[in-house]
Amino acid sequence: MQKQKLVLVGNGMAGVRTLEELLKIASDKYDITVFGAEPHPNYNRILLSPVLAGEQTVQDIIINEMDWYEQNQIHLHINKKVTKIDRKNRIVFTEDGTSAEYDRLLLSTGSNPFILPIPGAELPGVVSFRDISDVEAMLDASSRYRNAVVIGGGLLGLEAANGLMLRGMDVTVVHIAPWLMDRQLDEPAARLLQQSLEAKGLKFLLEKQTGALVPGESGRVCAVSFKDGDSIPADLVVMAVGIRPNTELAESAGLYCNRGVVVNDTLQTFDPRIYAVGECVSHRGVAYGLVAPLFEQAKVAANHLAEYGIGCYTGSLTSTKLKVTGIDLFSAGDYMGAEGTDAIVLSDPAGGNYKKVVLKDNKVVGAVLYGDTTEGSWYFDLLREGTDVSDIRSSLLFGQHNLGDSGHGDPHARVAAMPDSAEICGCNGVCKGDIVKAIRDKKLFTLDEVRAHTKASSSCGSCTGLVESLLAVTVGGDYSTAPSKKPMCGCTEHSHDEVRETITRQGIKSIPALMHFMEWKTPDGCNKCRTALNYYLLCAWPSEYVDDNQSRYINERVHANIQKDGTYSVIPRIFGGDTSPKQLMAIAQIAERWEVPTVKFTGGQRLDLLGIRKEQLPGIWKDLSEAGFVSGHAYGKAMRTVKTCVGSQWCRFGTQDSTTMGIKLEELTWGSWTPHKFKLAVSGCPRNCAEATIKDFGVVAVDSGWELHIGGNGGIKVRATDFLCHVKTEEEVLEYCAAFMQVYREDAHYLERTAPWVERRGLTYVKERVVDDAEQRKVYAERFYESQKYSQDDPWKARGEGVDAHEYKPMAILS
Amino acid sequence: MQTTNNQQNWVEVGRIEDIPLLGARLVKSPKGDIAVFRTQGDEIFALRDKCPHKGGPLSQGIVHGKKVACPLHDWKIHLDTGLAVAPDEGCAARFPVEVRDGLIYLSLEPDSGR
Ligand SMILES: Cc1cc2nc3c(=O)[nH]c(=O)nc-3n(C[C@H](O)[C@H](O)[C@H](O)COP(=O)(O)OP(=O)(O)OC[C@H]3O[C@@H](n4cnc5c(N)ncnc54)[C@H](O)[C@@H]3O)c2cc1C
Ligand code: SF4
Ligand code: SF4
Ligand code: FES
Repeated sequence: MQKQKLVLVGNGMAGVRTLEELLKIASDKYDITVFGAEPHPNYNRILLSPVLAGEQTVQDIIINEMDWYEQNQIHLHINKKVTKIDRKNRIVFTEDGTSAEYDRLLLSTGSNPFILPIPGAELPGVVSFRDISDVEAMLDASSRYRNAVVIGGGLLGLEAANGLMLRGMDVTVVHIAPWLMDRQLDEPAARLLQQSLEAKGLKFLLEKQTGALVPGESGRVCAVSFKDGDSIPADLVVMAVGIRPNTELAESAGLYCNRGVVVNDTLQTFDPRIYAVGECVSHRGVAYGLVAPLFEQAKVAANHLAEYGIGCYTGSLTSTKLKVTGIDLFSAGDYMGAEGTDAIVLSDPAGGNYKKVVLKDNKVVGAVLYGDTTEGSWYFDLLREGTDVSDIRSSLLFGQHNLGDSGHGDPHARVAAMPDSAEICGCNGVCKGDIVKAIRDKKLFTLDEVRAHTKASSSCGSCTGLVESLLAVTVGGDYSTAPSKKPMCGCTEHSHDEVRETITRQGIKSIPALMHFMEWKTPDGCNKCRTALNYYLLCAWPSEYVDDNQSRYINERVHANIQKDGTYSVIPRIFGGDTSPKQLMAIAQIAERWEVPTVKFTGGQRLDLLGIRKEQLPGIWKDLSEAGFVSGHAYGKAMRTVKTCVGSQWCRFGTQDSTTMGIKLEELTWGSWTPHKFKLAVSGCPRNCAEATIKDFGVVAVDSGWELHIGGNGGIKVRATDFLCHVKTEEEVLEYCAAFMQVYREDAHYLERTAPWVERRGLTYVKERVVDDAEQRKVYAERFYESQKYSQDDPWKARGEGVDAHEYKPMAILS
Repeated sequence: MQTTNNQQNWVEVGRIEDIPLLGARLVKSPKGDIAVFRTQGDEIFALRDKCPHKGGPLSQGIVHGKKVACPLHDWKIHLDTGLAVAPDEGCAARFPVEVRDGLIYLSLEPDSGR
């Protein structure tokens, strides 16, 4: 088959990233030709600042060497600027007459530094800060001259100034606004920044307008004069006053441009054969100047070029960091605080610390941090997720580790402080040093990439937060923004929330239909997404959805726990942990009959029969059902146990009958599938012997009724519950419990326990649905009861009677 | 791939439909347990039922694409080669299989791995 021809104009960060993404998913689709105006292979422009500062070399920042192009059979033309696109015949031409035909064209021409229209701007010795040749010119000047002036006190200007100063020059930064980085910082933060830069040796002239650049005898620039009449000596002038999308080529080809080449959500220009990504683009009226959004664009464009047609770019949120060693600042969103917002500020100029978080309707909309920036990514997460912070407002500025209830400290600060040998992923035994090395050497940007290369966080997932923090800490200096949404897994571009919404909105009722509709990238998904989809569909359509056995982990598929040696364990349900001699005898007899090697009490007050071979399962279940037991679901992402104390029946402190309450709760909730395992407990008085305050739903009896607690976890990361509310009657306990479980079932991501879910959504979110609005509570509870009608049938009984018999027998026994 | 030399090695173990789509069944043999897999596209593969990591029973994993996820610690194993998906390293022995008229024939001599 004849391959289609793809031509890329612009060998920079966004364009080549698009090719990388494309090669990953459709390596054979196109014959690729690349034109680049610079004489280098693709390099990391961001790292020009460290190169200028002498912290890295040009060789260090090459992303793809020449042989990468060869290996991927890409025809590379470097040092060739494309000057004409013949759209009718689909050919591009360069200055020197080289041409290439295309079926699809990708424009990624970046932007041009903005040059002030003042006399002398064209003099030798006046440079911008954009590419390797600019850095070479600056390095050359720094070895021969003394005085440098940087015009522009923004991010680029400051990085240039810092680099030149480290190269030994005497540097003055001229800035027209009253404070530095006025597009990213408010005044107090900028003053602190200025102080520390001054302490390093930089000089500043603020609110100063440049009038002209003055030539010396040799014809090279020798001074800068200002509109107010002052002037200062300058042998090198760096203009860093802004950038303009480079649309020259696109415009000459008649493509619609408006402060950038205008593209739609699939990154196509007004000529659908021509795509554009990167800084040259204007998307929904926004042109981005940081790489993370451009990489998101790259991903979507690649997807479309591969004709998957999923993926849609809807814009990005960005945040900023300054790459000047020793200076920590962070800014994101609305950092000034527009009308209708509140700002919480901590200002400690003497200590070199400043924090401001801007809130609107109790949600974070912006933040500026100077000095201690470890909370930056946390605030950015809150901002992106739109988390309601009313509950933590008073301690917001003190950071995540001060939230009290999570008790484990801020992950970024924590991982930054960890030694390289610290183990991050216990499941796969991966330590911090390995991960950081992989991120650096292999240039990883996303969680999935880290998982693929190091294995970290690819098993139980409890270290995912740490790995994400490591990514943020390691990559953050270079790539200062993060994607605005996380896909469910490598099989799709869509997030959990999008998938759940699509299921209900489109009324989709099977996994293949959903994958087809949402244009899954793999034909049958993977174990991560299939298990999630199976749950989401089950939750959305309890009466209609046909469960997909092949999309369940082995434990749920065979309704027993797989153990390390491949045998299984079964746990019969003992409601409320309340048993009788008769029940115990029945279990004992069955255990003897089947020669069960180990019988053990679980942490949830149930009996565990361990060491059962798979083919024995139906038989033992049959016996257990006949003795009146149902499955304890101890293997499932499901309601597990209700732990109880003896309460007022026996205990001298007991105020209410916690055991009966526990039994009722278990009768109500058993058999229900949940995003992750779900545990309950009921204590008969505030002494809390049943440990209800580390359960997903905890009930503590008090004189006047019952206290309800949610979101506790006794597992890897201990978390005490949040107090939900106080209720008076037993009926209320049951109704609130049903409503809470249903909100969790309908909202949480698969494999997200209630603790991280409550932290992500905010306690207020839960209270609004379960406590504040009685109508809504009833609606949720009603949906829970409805779904229980279908899920409270015992899987053991059915299998004891022969359902899925093939599961438990070998297909053949050869002798 | 190499073809097997001695025809008498093939044993019939069942029909294609005996294995659920995207599933696996176990064959017990004097030479140990063998897992026989069926993919979405009705391709059949056979591997020793022992994960190269810590011996997990691969026949109990989730099949997706041409891979199976081990039920114990989630290593992914390529069904066509028995190799673990990088960055993990290891290999489960691969057994030749053939499907004729809907019947699955298995050879008990692994053609790669141990
Ligand atoms: C010094 C510096 C520091 C930075 N620091 C950060 C940072 O810390 N964090 C961050 O997120 N971003 C940073 N950026 C911004 C980031 O580098 C850019 O957003 C990104 O490189 C833009 O990618 P692009 O592919 O759109 O453009 P580029 O990477 O500029 O690529 C465009 C390429 O197209 C070529 N070209 C243009 N026209 C033609 C033509 N007609 N024919 C052939 N080739 C052509 C150009 O020569 C260029 O090589 C920094 C930028 C600079 C300059
Ligand atoms: S929680 Fe209270 S009622 Fe229950 S056992 Fe402990 S002391 Fe007794
Ligand atoms: S704590 Fe749980 S998962 Fe960990 S070893 Fe014990 S039983 Fe297994
Ligand atoms: S035994 Fe298979 S992944 Fe550990």
